[in-house]
Amino acid sequence: MDFLDNLVKTFFDVDSMLTVAPQLLTVGLVNTLVISAASTVIGLVLGMVVAVMGISTSRWLRIPARIYTDLFRGLPAILTILLIGQGFAKFSQSIFGPSPYPLGIIALSLIASAYIGEIFRAGIQSVDKGQLEACRALGMNYGRAMVLVVIPQGVRRVLPALVNQFIAIIKDSSLVYFLGLLVSERELFRVGQDAAVNTGNLSPLVLAGIFYLIVTVPLTHLVNYFDQRFRTGRRRPTAPTSGLKEVTELDAVSPLTTGSNT
Amino acid sequence: MSSTTSTSADQPTFRGSSLQLKNLCMAYGDIPVIRDVSLEIAPGTTTCIIGPSGSGKSTLLRGINRLHEPSSGGVLLDGEDALRVRPDVLRRRIGMVFQHFNLFPDHTALENVALALWKVKGMPKSEATERARRRLTEVGLGERADHRPRDLSGGQQQRVAIARALAMEPEVMLFDEATSALDPELVKGVLTLMAGLCERGMTMAVVTHEMGFARRVADQVVFMDEGEIVEAGRPEDLFDNPRSARLQRFLSEVL
Repeated sequence: MDFLDNLVKTFFDVDSMLTVAPQLLTVGLVNTLVISAASTVIGLVLGMVVAVMGISTSRWLRIPARIYTDLFRGLPAILTILLIGQGFAKFSQSIFGPSPYPLGIIALSLIASAYIGEIFRAGIQSVDKGQLEACRALGMNYGRAMVLVVIPQGVRRVLPALVNQFIAIIKDSSLVYFLGLLVSERELFRVGQDAAVNTGNLSPLVLAGIFYLIVTVPLTHLVNYFDQRFRTGRRRPTAPTSGLKEVTELDAVSPLTTGSNT
Repeated sequence: MSSTTSTSADQPTFRGSSLQLKNLCMAYGDIPVIRDVSLEIAPGTTTCIIGPSGSGKSTLLRGINRLHEPSSGGVLLDGEDALRVRPDVLRRRIGMVFQHFNLFPDHTALENVALALWKVKGMPKSEATERARRRLTEVGLGERADHRPRDLSGGQQQRVAIARALAMEPEVMLFDEATSALDPELVKGVLTLMAGLCERGMTMAVVTHEMGFARRVADQVVFMDEGEIVEAGRPEDLFDNPRSARLQRFLSEVL
């Protein structure tokens, strides 16, 4: 039973969990959510810009978008976060003050926008070309047709992929830990890690992990919900109607059908 | 027309404009697809464009409203040079109906018709909706205004598409194989609707494989092959006395 005892003490020590729980909740969880939400919002906006640039007919928009995407998608997240978080520290100090928090958010946003941009681009490009043509034939310009008709359809299609990306952002938010956050700015992982060092067991980290799961697992189920609602087509089945009924209906409005010249 | 029901009397008449193509040439990159096509469509008349696949019929229609920009030649709408106005402005005067309807799937039938009235013509939303509802009623879909395209049959969808184009009050209507994707029993209804527009004075250019419709409704039939007009004239002349070998061959295959 020694081994089992050890296991419980290392991972599920209730005392150390209870000690760190308030901090995880009021500091860690709050900061994780703030960092993730901010990165997601900025990532969505930048991602849409990158996506629209990426499908432009002008290569002067397309090529920069391509390079941007390749760059931030191709580099390890930790490298991007360190380069931006430390490289721009001086610059950031004059705007945001000494905290590396904003730079962490910016770095995460840039990484997220590269992925989100690709998701948006794939979605928008999957919309039937006829949609844009129908808009143009009605006299809409390109921008209006995209905003009113094409982009909403494209985005709807990739909602599940977007939710996956949100989950990835929440997990990646733990990486800002490397920038050395102030005590009040620590996110879940850092709070758990600090407590783990103090207590000498891993239980605080396990609890931090549970908090991550509390946030991410419902999101994965949201993905399934979106998938069912938007991918698998119609929500309520309707009874099939005979085409002949429609012919009758047409006869009522079109006098020529029953005319002598058909 | 032996039986004219009361609905036809309620339906407004149109004031179609003339359409002229002068030595029109179009290309996909370096590959020429329309060669030197000249065509005149008088106001309020219907021209049916027939021909084998790949003959450039659809491309020609797209050249008229500049969904595909012509490489040379001229398009005159009501005598005005259509290639010198802004494409968006030109397209407000030309309605187009597509083979695959191209309705907006996440909007209802009513919204499909009202959207451009509201966003392009700048009509107040209530007025746009009201006009859209009238147009839908004209094509027999007043009851289905709140259905989404996926809850409508192909024939109904195409009628919504026709209502959507008509609502913009175009001077010319272009039909690009409007019945090719429909179930056979619904083809006649949509063709009849189109014939009704013709009766009411719309200028129409109709790319079609429905030879019966072309013969019955068209004022002029144009036979195209390999990007050029091979023969054009009155339907009875083309169908009964085809002069060119290519048209004779084509008719023998389709009739």
